[in-house]
Amino acid sequence: MSINKAVDEDSNLNDNSRLTFEGCNVLLDINDGDRLVFSRLTAASTLKIGNKKCSLQPLIGCPFGSLFQVESGKEGPCLTRMVPNGEGNNLEEKDVDGSKDNRAIVDNNTAQSLTSEDIDEMRRQGAKGDEIVEALIANSATFEKKTLFSQEKYRVKKQKKYAPRVLLRRPFARSICEAYFKKHPDKIGFMRVDALSLLLCLGNVTANADVLVVDMVSGILTGAIAERLGGTGYVCNTYRGLSPYPVDITRMFNLSDEICKRIVHASLTDLNSFQTGVSVSESEEETLPAINSAGLEEVGVSAEDGGMDITPEKVPSPITKPAKSIKAGQKAPPEAIKLWKENGFSSLIIAAPELDPWGIIKEVLPLLAFSAPFAVYHQYALPLAACMHNLQIEKMAIGLQISEPWLREYQVLPSRTHPQMQMSAFGGYILSGTKISSSEPVTSSN
Amino acid sequence: MILPIDPANKLSFNRCIKDGDLVIVYERYDTMKAVKVSEDGVLQNRFGAFKHSEWIGKPFGSKVLSNKGAFVYLLAPTPELWTLVLSHRTQILYIADISFVVMYLEIVPGCLVLESGTGSGSLTTSLARAVAPTGHVYTFDFHEQRAASAREDFEKTGLSNLVTVGVRDIQGEGFPDEFCGRADSVFLDLPQPWLAIPSAGKMLKPDGVLCSFSPCIEQVQRSCETLKLDFTDIRTFEVLLRTYEVRQKILESCPVNEGDSIERPPRKRRQGSAEGSNGTECSSSPTPVIRPSGEARGHTGYLTFARLKCFV
Repeated sequence: MSINKAVDEDSNLNDNSRLTFEGCNVLLDINDGDRLVFSRLTAASTLKIGNKKCSLQPLIGCPFGSLFQVESGKEGPCLTRMVPNGEGNNLEEKDVDGSKDNRAIVDNNTAQSLTSEDIDEMRRQGAKGDEIVEALIANSATFEKKTLFSQEKYRVKKQKKYAPRVLLRRPFARSICEAYFKKHPDKIGFMRVDALSLLLCLGNVTANADVLVVDMVSGILTGAIAERLGGTGYVCNTYRGLSPYPVDITRMFNLSDEICKRIVHASLTDLNSFQTGVSVSESEEETLPAINSAGLEEVGVSAEDGGMDITPEKVPSPITKPAKSIKAGQKAPPEAIKLWKENGFSSLIIAAPELDPWGIIKEVLPLLAFSAPFAVYHQYALPLAACMHNLQIEKMAIGLQISEPWLREYQVLPSRTHPQMQMSAFGGYILSGTKISSSEPVTSSN
Repeated sequence: MILPIDPANKLSFNRCIKDGDLVIVYERYDTMKAVKVSEDGVLQNRFGAFKHSEWIGKPFGSKVLSNKGAFVYLLAPTPELWTLVLSHRTQILYIADISFVVMYLEIVPGCLVLESGTGSGSLTTSLARAVAPTGHVYTFDFHEQRAASAREDFEKTGLSNLVTVGVRDIQGEGFPDEFCGRADSVFLDLPQPWLAIPSAGKMLKPDGVLCSFSPCIEQVQRSCETLKLDFTDIRTFEVLLRTYEVRQKILESCPVNEGDSIERPPRKRRQGSAEGSNGTECSSSPTPVIRPSGEARGHTGYLTFARLKCFV
């Protein structure tokens, strides 16, 4: 089996780079998912953890997946790279028989003999976070009586507080959708990551496709499609009225210029007008809530509550030397519109929680090529049911199906495997189908 | 031709069915068949005989008639439709798992993906769609004949440039050394995945993602123990799809005929709520109703994902 030529080149394309670079977007996972922060790496960007402000400079040029710990350096707290010890989980081999239990543990708040003054003193003397954690364990009267599992829990709890960790992750559709679903589900129409995955498949999103979308979920859909197009084809956002729907989440992705160019918008009027090439809404240049390039989210930090800061702050950032200018969401070029009118779009995906599905689909379905698949997301079942019924009656599509994904995560541990105690019970409904050709066949002449 | 790699094959108002095309013959949502169009071909089914020659020149998505006047639709193949029509040589993955795997493995155009086993190639087709046009899927099965059939299928669906099928026992021998440190993602669907995990770890780029699909929780348990050595962010999921039935139904909201209502005292209803209980409210027009289908696939397999630790 020989290796394909083009495949190998560890392409220097920013979009699939495994190293961070100045100006790239990252997702920072603080303390194992307790807090998620989208950030743009520049020499001047900072991250606030607890009451400490750390420069993000040390993260530039590191591989995604690197883990950092807050240490106190000479010039205040700084992020230091941790290299995994490779020993895996050392807990498992030891006593798992449960010979200990909590009968001797009394909650009277006297177990810990170190006071907060003691800890402050240690800090002043330059103790590392890990050392404080060890000291807390050594001074806990009950630690030894705990089961191994609760010992581990205790250690993790203290580590999070005194030696917080930051995991550097690539912002992909997956992580961005999960992050929003966790903290601002309303911004993405309560669309869970498995629903988004289904939309991309049911909409047959692939290189060279021309995907028509109605994205009223802040751009999570547009960004996810653009990621799959990889700088080919188009994702064309259509809208009613004069201004395109905002797609600000596309900024969280690490999309290269090549990919951003493939994100365009065109009003329904423009797509439906018959004079090809003549733009009906000759609107001001850039109506889109422009994807401004300057310094991206200088992460709004809500400090101690440990929430997620995924809403970029509007405050102008002090950094104004972007490595590249992102131009996602330009107006669709007239040549492209002309081609779409002649050929039709290769698929359609709608995620418009505020619109009646039937109302919008009957307007956009004619723009779709025959036999093209489509998928409509909605958080309510009834409007989709009505839409499905109408599509059937009007004989516009076949293979119609309403489905709902169900997703359950598991805790997997030796002898303690079970579904997680909390789960998301709803991730959205999807109506899918295939457009059919409208012309009726002439009867076969044997 | 399942993917628009060649712009000439791209779906379009002007792209008509040609001799040699692969079409999906759609009878009902649960009855479909893949057919290769040939000038003198004839499709025989319970509806009669369909001449391919009458299909040629029609756009995809057209309704065509049999000699008995019954009809079917001719659809352009997609990986989703292919999954519904392919011949099952093994248990296959379906759309809920497939879509989740592609998303969680973070597969984008240009990626190099390793898979074992190939099975019937249901997932492979979607992996190919995700890595196109510049990436590649290397898929391995230890069953020689199965690998050959899969290869034929990829030829038929036009994916041969994106997929290479190898015959190899990945559990026993691991992945070939030539892929060391080059894979963006690895997918395992093997009876003893823990045997292949160390090799998968060697193949992956740092921070690359692995997925293991196993029907049994005991397999998951062992895999996770092995994963702990070199992987992080280990998560196990179960994904299912609930489908719905939609009907038009007339639901009786008040006595059917006027005669009845005289017999029952009008009582509170009358003056009760402002928004009416007067006659017009009781119109009997059908409304759409929706409920989950009575039967569903209850389990497919557990999906365990993990990221290779960054030691560099």
